[in-house]
Amino acid sequence: MRRLVLGLVCALLMAGPAAAVLPEEQLADPVLEARAREISQELRCVVCQNQSIDDSDAPLAADLRAIVRERLTAGDTNEEVMAYIVARYGNFVLLKPPLDLQTILLWSAPLLVLIPGGLGLALYLRRRGRASAVEPTPLTAEEQRTLADILKTGDAP
Amino acid sequence: MRRLGFIIPIALFLMVAAALGLGLRRDPSILPSMLIDRPIPVFDLPGLPPSEAEGLASSDFSGKPVLLNVFASWCVACVIEHPMLLRLQAQGVTIHGLDWKDEPAAGADWLAQRGNPYTLIGSDPRGRTGIDFGVTGAPETFVIDGHGRVRYRHVGPITPEVWSGTLQPMLDRLEQET
Repeated sequence: MRRLVLGLVCALLMAGPAAAVLPEEQLADPVLEARAREISQELRCVVCQNQSIDDSDAPLAADLRAIVRERLTAGDTNEEVMAYIVARYGNFVLLKPPLDLQTILLWSAPLLVLIPGGLGLALYLRRRGRASAVEPTPLTAEEQRTLADILKTGDAP
Repeated sequence: MRRLGFIIPIALFLMVAAALGLGLRRDPSILPSMLIDRPIPVFDLPGLPPSEAEGLASSDFSGKPVLLNVFASWCVACVIEHPMLLRLQAQGVTIHGLDWKDEPAAGADWLAQRGNPYTLIGSDPRGRTGIDFGVTGAPETFVIDGHGRVRYRHVGPITPEVWSGTLQPMLDRLEQET
């Protein structure tokens, strides 16, 4: 049993991340190929939109991967390759959208939620802290006696 | 002050819900075209067999507004759209075709079986011209004005509603411009 589990774990560890890049698509130059992979992972497939073109099996994604490699071979920088694709499909294809006027709300949304939320929480905690800081009223003589009774007999009267 | 503490979160929630609700009504598969009001990309494509010589080039888009329809023999929705294109051709609308990511022979067969609604056809088996147009699938239709600029892009089949509601008024307006 233990051997089986160990075998399964080893098999899982050996499995690389599944990418759609076929061997014949890859560039001979490992440095260029690594850059191509890096760029492809940043570009959204316009057919299956929640995958990068590196992950997607869509034919159009394969074409875009080929274009990325062609541009790199032609001597483009990573930014130039990205710009080439963006010129055709727009900023939507960037899985990391750039910070500009259109996306300012998107980028600032976490702060917009966090700051008022944090302020609200701080106010609430302060108010609650102050409420509990009120001095407790001392027990009356009657209550004192009942308490003493309970403590002595272990039972309420 | 107490009451504001209730009203503000609820108002915020309603605003966010309204914005997200509107967002749900958009079809996320339709990307805005990068080419609107910009010149079409430069291309010069051969035609489909047996008339490879009569292809389609960017220089063919000058003079009057036309439609450029992206199709392919593998495209299921194109079969649905096809009768509409034939009807438009019969009405005198000029439609050029881009046979996108398709075997030229398969594209030619497809048209031979169903009829050819296109004035000029460009064969783009590698799909590069389509990608230059920002095509995400077939069918797609571009409205191109007399100066060779893209004015509108429609994703999906041209239905009678799309034609009479959007494309026809647009072509009429562009016709008057030139």
